[in-house]
Amino acid sequence: MEKRVVFNNRWLPYLLVAPQLLVTFVFFFWPAGQAIYQSAFIPDPFGLKTQFVGLGNFEYLFGNRYYLESFSTTAIFSVLVTVSSMSFALWLAVLADRVIKGSSAYRTLLIWPYAVAPAIAGVLWLFMFNPFTGIIAWMLFQVGYVWNHNLDGGQAMALVVAASAWKQISYNFLFFLAGLQAIPKSVIEAAAIDGASFWRRFWTIIFPLLSPTTFFLLVVNVIYAFFDTFGVIHTITQGGPQQSTTILVYKVFADGFVGQDLGSSAAQSVVLLVLVGILTVVQFRFIERRVHY
Amino acid sequence: MSGMVEKRGYGTWLTHAALIVGIAIICFPIWIAFVASTVTQEELIRPPMPLLPGPHFFDNYLEALLTGGVAPVWQMLLNSLVMALGITIGKIIISLLSAYAIVYFKFRFRMLFFWLIFMTLMLPVEVRIVPTYEVVASLGLLNSYTGLILPLIASATATFLFRQLFMTIPDELTEAARVDGAGPVRFFIDILLPMSRTNIAALFVILFIYGWNQYLWPLLITTDPSMNTVIMGIKQMLPTGDQTVEWPVIMATAMLAMLPPVLVVVGMQKLFVKGLVESEK
Repeated sequence: MEKRVVFNNRWLPYLLVAPQLLVTFVFFFWPAGQAIYQSAFIPDPFGLKTQFVGLGNFEYLFGNRYYLESFSTTAIFSVLVTVSSMSFALWLAVLADRVIKGSSAYRTLLIWPYAVAPAIAGVLWLFMFNPFTGIIAWMLFQVGYVWNHNLDGGQAMALVVAASAWKQISYNFLFFLAGLQAIPKSVIEAAAIDGASFWRRFWTIIFPLLSPTTFFLLVVNVIYAFFDTFGVIHTITQGGPQQSTTILVYKVFADGFVGQDLGSSAAQSVVLLVLVGILTVVQFRFIERRVHY
Repeated sequence: MSGMVEKRGYGTWLTHAALIVGIAIICFPIWIAFVASTVTQEELIRPPMPLLPGPHFFDNYLEALLTGGVAPVWQMLLNSLVMALGITIGKIIISLLSAYAIVYFKFRFRMLFFWLIFMTLMLPVEVRIVPTYEVVASLGLLNSYTGLILPLIASATATFLFRQLFMTIPDELTEAARVDGAGPVRFFIDILLPMSRTNIAALFVILFIYGWNQYLWPLLITTDPSMNTVIMGIKQMLPTGDQTVEWPVIMATAMLAMLPPVLVVVGMQKLFVKGLVESEK
């Protein structure tokens, strides 16, 4: 990774990296340091001074029922978003890979939800499922199903999953389509000549060859569900009802800004830092492998 | 394409039909939002709502743009544009400069700086939200464009992308430039920048969408309605008890908030796909 030809200049390189380093220090390392520091304190009831509690905030967190529930809520949410978004996208990509005429038109129609902000996705789905006026809530009522995600935790979860998965389909579609188009056609044609049906070809040849793409997307989708879906949750459910959609990122926000429990929020930030760290390392390992293929 | 494998006639039609069904499912929420932005509140609050556009397109969009909720939507769109462009251009500039330093110079702490930048990958703003807010507040940057933009412009991803690109540029080029008497600044401006043009444009598309769609950060630091961005402003319009904003106006705002990033993605589709696939490598 070293360049053979380099420039020699005493101060220029420092000047060049200075802006990025400055922003990184002020807005990344200082706040992260603050989070670690604050996580070891609790403010007294009057907010005048703070008391050192060591790992007390963490002990409290992991003994706290709501926090542990938030972990399982996040896990359920991430799995549902990842699986539903990826399977729908794969289905569309397989179809789009099969058509010869008009495939670019289909692609155009499928990629634009990528540009929709999670918060806007939340507003759109909230509108369709509004318990009193929403078009889909109304349709469900016509077939005898009462929809009210403000009361029913399961329905609330289904709605935030649908809105989050919908927004992510384009992204998954693009990568699956690229993956499918990279598979040599001769391999598939050989199987076709041997008389393998489409589904047999899909499961025995195409799907295994797609596995690098699938692994990569798995990690990306989990990261998306963990950290980028705040807007969906905040616009649709605000974590409710009864915390049934309070994922970890939402809880940091709710405890820190709404509940003003800074020590706990800081400790949660630190836990999230560790989680992102692990996910990033996993992501890089997969990408590394992809590069070595 | 797989001419041999493709079944003719019946099978092809089935594939097209299935694709159209899939697209219809994906486009349905947008269609509903569009229809809702062209009818009246009365038509929406008595279900079922109409499924075809009504005649109130201009009324609703004008009301959204000129009146909106706590702030008129034209102002929120402007704030979003400033923030998105600020983040995009800021990220590209600081990443180009730092990648250039790391690839083309030998200096003390080079690898340390590289790893410090690399580590920011692990700190999305959602994770360090409370302390970052405190830092920005103590710098007096609440309700300012600087406060909206600066904390979001450090990006390891963009720095990596440019680093990778610079590594592929042949050393002979640098050698030749040096023989011709070009210094590091000349080389950067006359050779490196023109060679990075496509990558910069592709990154621009991705970063513009990232910047435009920011939600949590503007929600926290813009308490003054005149600084609201459109993505967070729409949340303020949602009905809460004594609401005054009507659904058609909210949906018109949603359509307006989606329009710029969607236009960028569809209009620059090739660059966008290239940028997406490469920035994830």
